[in-house]
Amino acid sequence: MALRNTEPTQTGLSTLPQPPKQLKKNLSRMLWTALFLVTIVGAAWHTESDPRQLAMGWPNMWRLLSQFLTPDWVYMKKVLPAVYETIRMAIVGTTVGAIIAIPITLLAARNVTKNRFFVFLSRTFMNLIRTIPELLFAAIFVAIVGIGAVAGILAIIFFSFAIIAKLTSESLETIDSGPLEAMTAVGASPLTWIRYAVMPQILPAFISYTLYVFEINVRTAAVLGLVGAGGIGVPLNTALAFLQYDRAASIILLIFLVVLLIEALSGTLRRRLI
Amino acid sequence: MTTTSLPKAPNVWRRRMRTGVIILVLAVIYGWSFTDLSLNTKGFAQGWLITKNIFKGLFSPEWSYSGEVLMRLFESIEMAWLGTFIAAILAIPFGFWAASHKGHTYSIGPLSGKWVLSAIRTFPEIILAVVFIVAVGPGAFAGILALGVHSIGMLGKLYSEAIENIDPGPIEALEAVGANKLQILWYAILPQVLPEFASFAIYRFEINVRAATVLGIVGAGGIGTPLIFALQGYAWSRVGIIMLGIIVAVMIIDGLSGYIRSRLV
Repeated sequence: MALRNTEPTQTGLSTLPQPPKQLKKNLSRMLWTALFLVTIVGAAWHTESDPRQLAMGWPNMWRLLSQFLTPDWVYMKKVLPAVYETIRMAIVGTTVGAIIAIPITLLAARNVTKNRFFVFLSRTFMNLIRTIPELLFAAIFVAIVGIGAVAGILAIIFFSFAIIAKLTSESLETIDSGPLEAMTAVGASPLTWIRYAVMPQILPAFISYTLYVFEINVRTAAVLGLVGAGGIGVPLNTALAFLQYDRAASIILLIFLVVLLIEALSGTLRRRLI
Repeated sequence: MTTTSLPKAPNVWRRRMRTGVIILVLAVIYGWSFTDLSLNTKGFAQGWLITKNIFKGLFSPEWSYSGEVLMRLFESIEMAWLGTFIAAILAIPFGFWAASHKGHTYSIGPLSGKWVLSAIRTFPEIILAVVFIVAVGPGAFAGILALGVHSIGMLGKLYSEAIENIDPGPIEALEAVGANKLQILWYAILPQVLPEFASFAIYRFEINVRAATVLGIVGAGGIGTPLIFALQGYAWSRVGIIMLGIIVAVMIIDGLSGYIRSRLV
């Protein structure tokens, strides 16, 4: 109250605040809305998107969707090995990616690496990798190492390494600097410094991010087979190519169940960690 | 006589047991994961040659192909734009469905909404693209529909969180003057959440641009289509220019959207 009274109020009636220029504001808003709609309609026209197509193709799609209600249980049992392979790919890829992520995480955190150039370099490297979608990585690795799970695992390694390192290095920059300074003060070697000042503080976050990326990777590994990189996507691709919608529906349903299961499991673990 | 009772030693054995069990479980999981992986090592020698060629191609992109790349990239961005637009609108009712009122966190309505949204999120967009190709045939439209449906999952979740966190003041004020539900929605809730909704939608657009670049691999339009053909034909300098285009486009879109979002909220 006391503060408010110190405001000069004597100017009073002579200078009322101007009414906002409503017309101009409305006009610019209308203009922006119109522009926005033009981009929407223009893009729809240019990509030849026609909602009527959806209505026309609905019977076809319904034939596929209705198969979800009557999945082929026998076939599901037959593709279970591919499901296991998918989970294995995700486990191996995430683990190797997480291990590679450790040094890069330390390099990318400003409070650990004092050399600005290394910080910049490792961050640029991570960002560059993250701009490339995993499926593209997988397609490239299929060309390099041939069709199979190895290509998928390599793609998962690259992707998980970049995202784990980014997330963990961001958490790392917010840790308590007390232990860091204490260890520096007693003259700890770099390794001891990391072991006793950095690791205890960052380990829970690191494991939690790794589990989170593992969840994403199970979902990714399920589709990598579409480019020939192993896992459950391979039989899905075959089923779709031969228009075997009952099988495709069974596989999609199976992917759905596996992803839900893994997410529930990893979610529970992560909640207990933090 | 003084009795000094020392604090009991912590139960070391229980902790050790727990650590042991965790290590055992991890060992079993990793044993299972690594044993049955079919490593085909015979491809590696040839792989090295191809890797060299890829790097050669990446550093000598086929510039004459850049016109086609730009056009296809533009198509990918259009797909992301339309897909995000569809999802941004369709996610609004889902957001209200999944938003729980204060103190009623576990009522069945919002909980079912949250379940539906996480079910939608579970379907990868590329599988949705495959499903929509069955309906509308290969092309950008299938990709747009896939992005539109898949994005509802994330946008609906973020929307519902934004709705849960609004300031109840304006709602109570309008209730006090006897406004009906629609008026409350229009004058108290929407003005508070729309900037956040827009920000989330732009963020999703960023993600969708990245997704739209690969949808072409299954035939759903965009830059992915020429990319998969170039990869299958071992045309590495063409792969080089396409990847260059994707990286530059994604970086520009990320920067732009980050700038707009920082001004919006």
